[in-house]
Amino acid sequence: MIPSCFEYHKATSIADAIAKLQDNEDAKLLAGGHSLLPMMKLRFSEAPYLVDINGIEGLKGISIDGDTITIGAMTTESELIRSDILQQYCPLLVEAAKLVADPQVRNKGTIGGDVAHGDPGNDHPAVMLALDAQLVIHGPDGERMIPANGFFLGTYWTALEEYEILVAIKVPALTSGTGHGYHKLKRKTGDYAVAGSAVVVEMNGDVVRDIRIGLTNVAPMAIRAEAAEDLIRGKRVDDVLLKAVEKAIVAACDPAVDLRGDEEYKSHMAAIMARRSIIQAIENAKE
Amino acid sequence: MDTVADKQKREDSLNGVGCSRKRKEDARFIQGKGNYTDDIKMPGMLFADMVRSPYAHARIISINTEKALALPGVHAVLTAADLKPLNLHWMPTLAGDVQAVLADEKVHFQYQEVALVVADDRYIAADAIDLVEVEYEELPVLVDPHKAMTAEAPILREDLVGKMEGAHSTRKHDNHIFNWQAGEKDATDRVFDAAEVTVSQDMVYHRVHPCPLETCGCVASMDKINGKLTVYLTSQAPHVVRTVVSMLSGLPESSVRIVSPDIGGGFGNKVGIYPGYVASIVASIVLGVPVKWVEDRMENISTTAFARDYHMRGELAADSNGIIKALRVNVLADHGAFDSCADPSKFPAGFMHICTGSYDIPVAHLNVDGVYTNKAPGGVSYRCSFRVTEAVYVIERTMDVLAQKLGIDKAEIRRRNFVKKEQFPYTTCLGFELDSGDYHTALEKVLDAVDYKGLRREQEEKRANGELMGIGLVTFTEVVGAGPSKSCDILGVGMFDSAEIRVHPTGSVMARMGTITQGQGHQTTYAQIIASELGITSDEIAIEEGDTDTSPYGLGTYGSRSTPVGGAATAVAARKIKAKAKKIAAHLLEVSEDDLEWEVDRFKVKGVPGQEKTMKDIAWAAYNNVPEGMEPGLEAVDYYDPPNFTFPFGAYLCVVDIDKDTGVTDIRRFYALDDCGTRINPMIIDGQIHGGLTEGYAVAMGQEMPYDEEGNLLGNTLMDYFLPTFVETPKWETDYTVTPSPHHPIGAKGVAESPHVGSIPTFTSAMVDAFAHLDVTHMDMPHNAYRVWKQIKALGLLDN
Repeated sequence: MIPSCFEYHKATSIADAIAKLQDNEDAKLLAGGHSLLPMMKLRFSEAPYLVDINGIEGLKGISIDGDTITIGAMTTESELIRSDILQQYCPLLVEAAKLVADPQVRNKGTIGGDVAHGDPGNDHPAVMLALDAQLVIHGPDGERMIPANGFFLGTYWTALEEYEILVAIKVPALTSGTGHGYHKLKRKTGDYAVAGSAVVVEMNGDVVRDIRIGLTNVAPMAIRAEAAEDLIRGKRVDDVLLKAVEKAIVAACDPAVDLRGDEEYKSHMAAIMARRSIIQAIENAKE
Repeated sequence: MDTVADKQKREDSLNGVGCSRKRKEDARFIQGKGNYTDDIKMPGMLFADMVRSPYAHARIISINTEKALALPGVHAVLTAADLKPLNLHWMPTLAGDVQAVLADEKVHFQYQEVALVVADDRYIAADAIDLVEVEYEELPVLVDPHKAMTAEAPILREDLVGKMEGAHSTRKHDNHIFNWQAGEKDATDRVFDAAEVTVSQDMVYHRVHPCPLETCGCVASMDKINGKLTVYLTSQAPHVVRTVVSMLSGLPESSVRIVSPDIGGGFGNKVGIYPGYVASIVASIVLGVPVKWVEDRMENISTTAFARDYHMRGELAADSNGIIKALRVNVLADHGAFDSCADPSKFPAGFMHICTGSYDIPVAHLNVDGVYTNKAPGGVSYRCSFRVTEAVYVIERTMDVLAQKLGIDKAEIRRRNFVKKEQFPYTTCLGFELDSGDYHTALEKVLDAVDYKGLRREQEEKRANGELMGIGLVTFTEVVGAGPSKSCDILGVGMFDSAEIRVHPTGSVMARMGTITQGQGHQTTYAQIIASELGITSDEIAIEEGDTDTSPYGLGTYGSRSTPVGGAATAVAARKIKAKAKKIAAHLLEVSEDDLEWEVDRFKVKGVPGQEKTMKDIAWAAYNNVPEGMEPGLEAVDYYDPPNFTFPFGAYLCVVDIDKDTGVTDIRRFYALDDCGTRINPMIIDGQIHGGLTEGYAVAMGQEMPYDEEGNLLGNTLMDYFLPTFVETPKWETDYTVTPSPHHPIGAKGVAESPHVGSIPTFTSAMVDAFAHLDVTHMDMPHNAYRVWKQIKALGLLDN
């Protein structure tokens, strides 16, 4: 449980961090460190050069401007949970963050690290998909903004290009008629999800005008359950429809087999979590 | 003065037996000021790390240490070849087998110790182990114990080929370790053949690990000037370790000092002697400097002393009223690659023959076969007396199966078969003499407390609605306090234990025991025993254990033996002091001993108010004014060899609700009634029970060591291995009855393990009960959501 030797650099600015990534082969960014450091300690991942971005000003914090909430990539899970802005305008993020790992991890782990790491077991990617978040990225060629939908390409594989850094996340503020839900089945505190599902619905009376369903840890990356969404969009949700939705979600899953369960169990649990999140989201939308 | 009130006040001020005195240990632990093995720092100390096998079964073609030795800061790399000239490449186990210290020609399990690297610090050592080049040739792997004795099974222990006389029996196969039986086979079989009703249930008690928060480790320090070896070692049995180290090293036992500092939990994981200890000691002797070796979490779970892995069949023969006529238990025991179980020498299956439980069973037969597989060695008692958890599991499960078959309620069938209060002491058909018990009272108290009938009514309603609710019930009897040395020894040393008490001139006390606390609170509770015996407040009684240079020889703390054996020695030693004190008091008061009576903290002359000497007065006099012919001082030592084991018992009930969609189980209620005889410190007992129930919950609901077909251990981190936090832990309700042990000096029986032993089958009983109306008779542990969901699916209960 001791990592191999590595160099460590505390970056002073985003430009400095990008430069160090460019100058050092296989350099890695150190955010909260709660995914990277265990992998290094187990020597699964050799990172000869760490660029610590914890000291960079402006990467932390939560603000709201009109309908858009901006969250700095280095904002910790604990800060998400405590944020008045999020509690009022994006409670889905608060609820999901509460289910991330344990308090110690949440005090250090960051939303940006969680999203950018590309681990299908992380909670925020599915939440980002459900929220239709926009990701603000800095790289050698300047700033670009891309939707979360399409960002997650595979296990530890995202749309981040070489030397790019995720600096902020923009999510829409909750509006009237919108509801959300997040359910995560885990074996115990601190574990990754057996399966999880984040749901955002926009209601028009009893009818679902729009819905986005994100799934955690049931595919090589966080995925949208688009076929299931199509079944619901424009409909009233009842038990018969939910059964069909569950089947569509099971079909969308492609989970890895591990001690948490086989493909069948994990896929079914994704469907159950999604069903519960859909019901919760529709309830929330009424409030 | 009101003498009754005064007497009560003096009694209370002793903080003696029966009071919930706060734990003396907590001040340092809560403040992070404990002193564990890894806190030991010595001048010039080096650090060791272990090269381990990636394969479960492979031949070692070559080991090249050149690159590792070339790394700056590396002092030595030890392999079997280095230990061979010292004849230390193999070591004897407590079970009469031998175990490789560093792999000799072959590796027999994944993560087996292959080479020890010694370096300036942990970081260099960790880099160096990656530089040791080991070439392996993979061999066929044996994982399934049921295949161990087949003709096509690969032979694991080439060192034993042809040696068909094992430590405990003739071996039937090269992968066979022993056969052990208790009871009467033919008589039992005859009853089964003629019985009105028989049931048979196969069950796997899966492989788990005690997983103490502090992993195993040591600091070995050979002082070449005075020839003394000091080893700080997180051991539950430091004196036995000293004897073994002396025997292995050839150093006189007086030149070996073992110190168990604060221990971060043991649970059986810290009874044995591990290759890391031996290799570190050799490294210190060779290098002449202290060497520290401490396992990381994965090493701890993967290599040092697992528990259970018993594949059992329980069978009961009964009449149609459910009255048991005979019991038959067959066990296939997977001991891994070396037999390093820590059991009393004559009991290779521990006290598995307590499997007759709390029941009046006329005849029984127990058959146990131990086999080798390509898994880590162990088979220790995880928070239980030797194999008692397994025994309680098989009888309690089989009782449920019998009840189910006959349509008799599981409480009622127990009532009908209990050993009755008036039958004690009761000798079981497998040879234990149960010292005392009142099983009916315990059971009825629990059933009343939870409104058992109401729960059954609720369950009927829930079942009608398609909901899954289960009620588990267990009435267990444990055997602890090993043990009488006529039957119990470890490596030939009888399983007595010891206490040495010194009363100082000013009346304070220093006492040392052969046991060693590791969370039990000995510093608190031993002082309470002495306080009540001697009338000296426990706040002035210091307890020391764990340093073999200062404490009397004892067999250590495991199998709930501290209170039954060490506590008895403490009480008897105190009584020796009291007897001398009485003589001194008679001398001081110029009366005969017969004229004296004891009251709380003093001897009084009968019928003469005011004529009295307190223990403090007597202590002072012991050092300046003793009767002629008496030697001065006020000390005593007792080596207590118990006449019998003690038999704590209890009745546990659990209510579960199962989510059909996910398989997730909610432990709605858990009610635990324990009878541990005399209660020394009720608060500590409650703490022990909470801890034991929590570990029982962990084992039943989540802990497992899963191996794949290649012998790879799949879950050796705390991500996978279930160590419940407060979030998962159910709420515990505790209760008690008091049935003192008739043979123990203060009537105490030991308690720390009962909740573990008793709770595990209770959880299974509840889980199975949730499906019992669907003819399910048994479900193997762990009852995690995934496995439960598969059961739900197999029964066709899923909604879609």
